[in-house]
Amino acid sequence: MSDELENKSGYQAQSSETVNEYSGSAVGDVDYVRPAEVSDQDLYHGHSFITKWVFCQDAKVIGVQYFLTAVFTGIVGLILSWLMRLQLGFPGLAGFMTAEHYYQFVTMHGMIMVVYFLTALFLGGFGNYLIPLMVGARDMVFPYVNMISFWMFFVAVAVLMASFFVPGGPTGSGWTLYPPQAILEGTPGSGAGILLMLISLSLFVIGFTMGGLNYLITVLQARTRGMTLMRMPLTVWGIFTATVLAMLAFPALLVSSIMMTLDKVLETSFFMPTIIKAGEVLGYGGGSPILFQHLFWFFGHPEVYIVALPAFGIVSDLISVHSRKNIFGYRMMVWAIVGIGALSFFVWAHHMYVSGMNPWFGFFFATTTLIIAVPTAMKVYNWILTLWRGNIRINTVMLWCLGFIVTFVNGGITGIFLGNVSVDVPLSDTYFVVAHFHMVMGIAPLMVIMGAVYHWFPLVAGRILDEGLGKWHFWITFLGAYSIYFPMHYLGFIGVPRRYFEMYDSPYMTSGVGLNEFISLAAFIVGAAQFILIYNIIKTLKTGKLAGKNPWQANSLEWQTSTVPPEHGNFGEKLPVVHRWPYDFSVPGAKDDFIPQTVPPSEVIDTEVEKT
Amino acid sequence: MHAGIVFFLVILGSVLFHIFTPWYWTDIASNWGGMDDTITLTFWVGGGVFVAVCLFMTYCIFKFSYKEGRKAEYKPEDKKLERILTWATTIGVVALLAPGLIIWNQYVNVPKNALEVDVMAWQWGWQYRLPGEDGKLGTTKVININDNNPFGINTDDPYGQDDVIIQSDVLNLKTNRPVKILLRSVDVLHNWYVPQFRAKMDAVPGVVTFYWFEPNKVGEYEVLCAEYCGVGHYAMRGTVIVQDEQNYNQWLSEQETFSEFVAKLDKLEIEEKKIVKKINLN
Repeated sequence: MSDELENKSGYQAQSSETVNEYSGSAVGDVDYVRPAEVSDQDLYHGHSFITKWVFCQDAKVIGVQYFLTAVFTGIVGLILSWLMRLQLGFPGLAGFMTAEHYYQFVTMHGMIMVVYFLTALFLGGFGNYLIPLMVGARDMVFPYVNMISFWMFFVAVAVLMASFFVPGGPTGSGWTLYPPQAILEGTPGSGAGILLMLISLSLFVIGFTMGGLNYLITVLQARTRGMTLMRMPLTVWGIFTATVLAMLAFPALLVSSIMMTLDKVLETSFFMPTIIKAGEVLGYGGGSPILFQHLFWFFGHPEVYIVALPAFGIVSDLISVHSRKNIFGYRMMVWAIVGIGALSFFVWAHHMYVSGMNPWFGFFFATTTLIIAVPTAMKVYNWILTLWRGNIRINTVMLWCLGFIVTFVNGGITGIFLGNVSVDVPLSDTYFVVAHFHMVMGIAPLMVIMGAVYHWFPLVAGRILDEGLGKWHFWITFLGAYSIYFPMHYLGFIGVPRRYFEMYDSPYMTSGVGLNEFISLAAFIVGAAQFILIYNIIKTLKTGKLAGKNPWQANSLEWQTSTVPPEHGNFGEKLPVVHRWPYDFSVPGAKDDFIPQTVPPSEVIDTEVEKT
Repeated sequence: MHAGIVFFLVILGSVLFHIFTPWYWTDIASNWGGMDDTITLTFWVGGGVFVAVCLFMTYCIFKFSYKEGRKAEYKPEDKKLERILTWATTIGVVALLAPGLIIWNQYVNVPKNALEVDVMAWQWGWQYRLPGEDGKLGTTKVININDNNPFGINTDDPYGQDDVIIQSDVLNLKTNRPVKILLRSVDVLHNWYVPQFRAKMDAVPGVVTFYWFEPNKVGEYEVLCAEYCGVGHYAMRGTVIVQDEQNYNQWLSEQETFSEFVAKLDKLEIEEKKIVKKINLN
């Protein structure tokens, strides 16, 4: 690693120039933008293969690294879900499937999908790639720490995967890892498995904190000239707010992981009361299992929004660009994101209505939970009002967005059932809950991820993904996933509890058997359909249509880079200067139906742009 | 255009599925019909919003699909519309929350005449204890539990001696008498759940949790553990038999009290000792 810092493109001198350019001409100049406060700095440019592609400090490469690692874990999670559905739809068909295995698969599927797939993909993947580009920065503010962040995540994934190969296998305690069972015999993987899980989570939190600080400070400090907070794309607002949540919520997970590790290894009793197992009194006493649940959900509920808020932001931008219309009610959208983020710290115990906590909490947490429905509903209204009187391209990207709206509204409304305390009583711990959270935080964010992949792939790779394959991919995934989770709610009404390896011939399940088989078949098809995307990517990389610059005719800065795909440093010699919000689509009087953020008012003098 | 048709069919299919579904509530057998009613109400309000939003979206797909040369409307905000939508949503949310909280208030306030039942859970099974003639359950401690004291009853507590102990996973209840379930666990989390009663609560080691319901239909019901408790979770079942007063009293009189259980054990022990003595003598 002998590369030296060099002044490659000479953009250090730029800021003093610009200061001169504008000094004295502020009054009356329509194009005036406040000068930069600090001079532009050069970046560390890697030269060798290792510094360019492995221990790389370019946020775009780190973003792709995060993305690929997350997708790898996601495929593992997908295969685990197939195995679970095999057991649920066709019990006993797979001879190797014991109850131990089943619970291990359930646990690993849940943890992988929530933390190592969705969180890493949205924040580590899209966050790294898009934040510097969208706010007009050359890179994250701490590129070296950013590089370490990814490699910590990589080690965390390696430790997690290693738990499949230790004696006893991975933990089978459910993704919520509730003690006492998580660390006691009687739960699969209660030895090395749970320890590796706790270590992996701790590593994830440490690595993620490094990345998260980068995202926050880059958004707060490294925006280009003219990029006020209220001119940021909603994608950045979503990722930014989600990162604030992560910084506040993940410590609770770290603390509970450390405490549980101590309970396991040193037999402390943070979460462990007096326990009798097989007639013997264990060496624990005085701890509280409910304390763990409070800590876990203090992390776990904001975690839902850590996944949802970036999805909200991204889908807003995609809908706006492909409807050729400004996002409706931008300011309301920003405040809704911030408000939902803040409220998400006051609702955690709605996961615990029947946990045995003081039942009077139920009144408070039901009220806060239903309050969150209001800003969330506003976001939904604004998405569909953006479509209203738009000029909507029904392309693959838009289809994913429409799929998102349907699944998100569906899952959001079942959330009102579960948040409403006494309604939750009969439904909690049944398949209604499983269906709800898969719809709202599994499928809905996945729709956005897919939309985002089709939308930004041309920027990352320079070629446009095949539309025909994309539409097949969408329709199979959307219709398949919907027919998995919509009917699944009704299993919950029957009373079928979740986390059951087998129902035997329980009276509740006689009518549900056929439904379970159908759901399993749909799950196999939907899972397999994801390989259409992988095929599409490989095919497109070889022979796909060249994207050129700004193929979607979008306004935000990531499409105004010096090259496509953008090089290290993003914007060539001069950083862009921002004159407007990213949603000036179909402005009356304008020649085109879009005005990029970099276009100064003097160039579009006859338009009726509202001041942003 | 095709996309709009498919989305429309998805919405229509969802509504038809809900109307004609063969999979719905297991028939209720307790007083918590209010929970079902609140769910039905939420279905009407929430389902209405779902259909309205999705139909509006579908309409937009048909009406505003891309046409070369047409320009979208440019209207960043509409304060009045946003205000109307905010208030309408707030009113809807309050209308759903209010009945939810009213029923929760009933759920956490146990009627005075409720019969207390101690439900003790372990990996992986249930056993039950009912108050004796004094109408009160004796106090317990986990560390008291052993073969001679399967419920861990404090032996110096006079209320505990006449407690009726049921070392089986079959519990009998009588109709139209509220039951307060007191949940204990000796090892990990469990949850005593009968779908027909709608109610549930976790059993947490170290504390006693509770909930109540009033069974109102004679019958035999399966108990399910509803909180994951390790590898035997799915097999942790039990049975509740709800009977009329006469049959219930009959069943109750056949059960053993704690003091009877201890006396029986003592007798067994004395007999065992006698046998041992005999063997030694021989």
